[in-house]
Amino acid sequence: MKTHWNIFIAFFRVGMLGYGGGPSSIPLVHKEVVDKYKWMSEEEFGDLLALGNTLPGPIATKLAGYIGYRVSGIWGMINAVLATIFPTVVLMIILLSSLSSIKEYDWVQGMTAAVIPVVAVMLATLTWQFVQKAGKGMGWVQTGILLLVVFILLQFLQIHPGIIIATLLILALIKKDKNPEQDTAVTEREGDS
Amino acid sequence: MIYWEIFLAFFIPGILGYGGGPASIPLVENEVVTRYGWMNVQEFSEVLALGNSLPGPIATKMAGYIGYDVAGIPGAAIGVFATVAPSLLLIIVLLGILYKYKNSPKVKRMTLYIRPVIGILLGVMAWRFFSESYEGIGLWQTVILTVVSYLLIERVKLHPAFVIGGALIYGGFFL
Repeated sequence: MKTHWNIFIAFFRVGMLGYGGGPSSIPLVHKEVVDKYKWMSEEEFGDLLALGNTLPGPIATKLAGYIGYRVSGIWGMINAVLATIFPTVVLMIILLSSLSSIKEYDWVQGMTAAVIPVVAVMLATLTWQFVQKAGKGMGWVQTGILLLVVFILLQFLQIHPGIIIATLLILALIKKDKNPEQDTAVTEREGDS
Repeated sequence: MIYWEIFLAFFIPGILGYGGGPASIPLVENEVVTRYGWMNVQEFSEVLALGNSLPGPIATKMAGYIGYDVAGIPGAAIGVFATVAPSLLLIIVLLGILYKYKNSPKVKRMTLYIRPVIGILLGVMAWRFFSESYEGIGLWQTVILTVVSYLLIERVKLHPAFVIGGALIYGGFFL
């Protein structure tokens, strides 16, 4: 019961604080799941984020649903997804059916505008954490090159992130292991021919 | 059958919308306005404007409200379900397979390789939020809010909930 309450509260907060659509909730989910409740390691969160970005559909509910499922099964999943979306869907229905004109929401927009830079700061901090982790994991030179290449592919050549992630995953899969396993023999034979 | 139509109208954008909820909005508009004619463009953009100023994921807010508008509470439930369920099932299955082999050096390398991509993606998102803010409320407000929220979150270690709450109040009065 305690766990379910924690799941609910964690994703309720994420849903109510994430202004600017699903992507703005990423640093909030990270805060709750990795820092506060420690349901996941930084690595697992990174994997989840990568795969979440590669697959279609809204990112916030994919994160919430998967994390809920990991923490306490199907009910955890339902709980987390509902906590993320239910409050704001209800709010939306109530506001739209009770107010008659869009002009009445102007004050809501003023409030939202001030949150955007806060979200930007959180995203920037999370970015730095991931870059640091990558630098420690595979060395700064390799990280620097990879960062530059990915940036150019993504921003200038407009290649979809899903394609880049999928390509890197395949590269990681087919690259030969340093400590030989049973399947390396096959790969080597193919490489020679 | 209206429920089946609602399911399809949100299932298709959910499956085709790569890049999170915001990417699926034009697809939703295509289904809701062009194909089924549940709303006109004007109505759709008003719903979108309100959706953008409320918290939480945008795709599910749109699905929930439009579903409700078309067929009441069951409509809202179906719209949200069709948006969320397919991609959620996919990610649970895929990560399940991946973690079965999590001790394999190949899977460890996967984790390592994609980290810079995630770094870039998040960095680009951060940049987009900064520039949206710059266009919306101008340079000085953006700089002030950025510096203050950075200090509070990273130095004072305040939970972001309080910082966002503070920003909402500030924005309600001054912006």
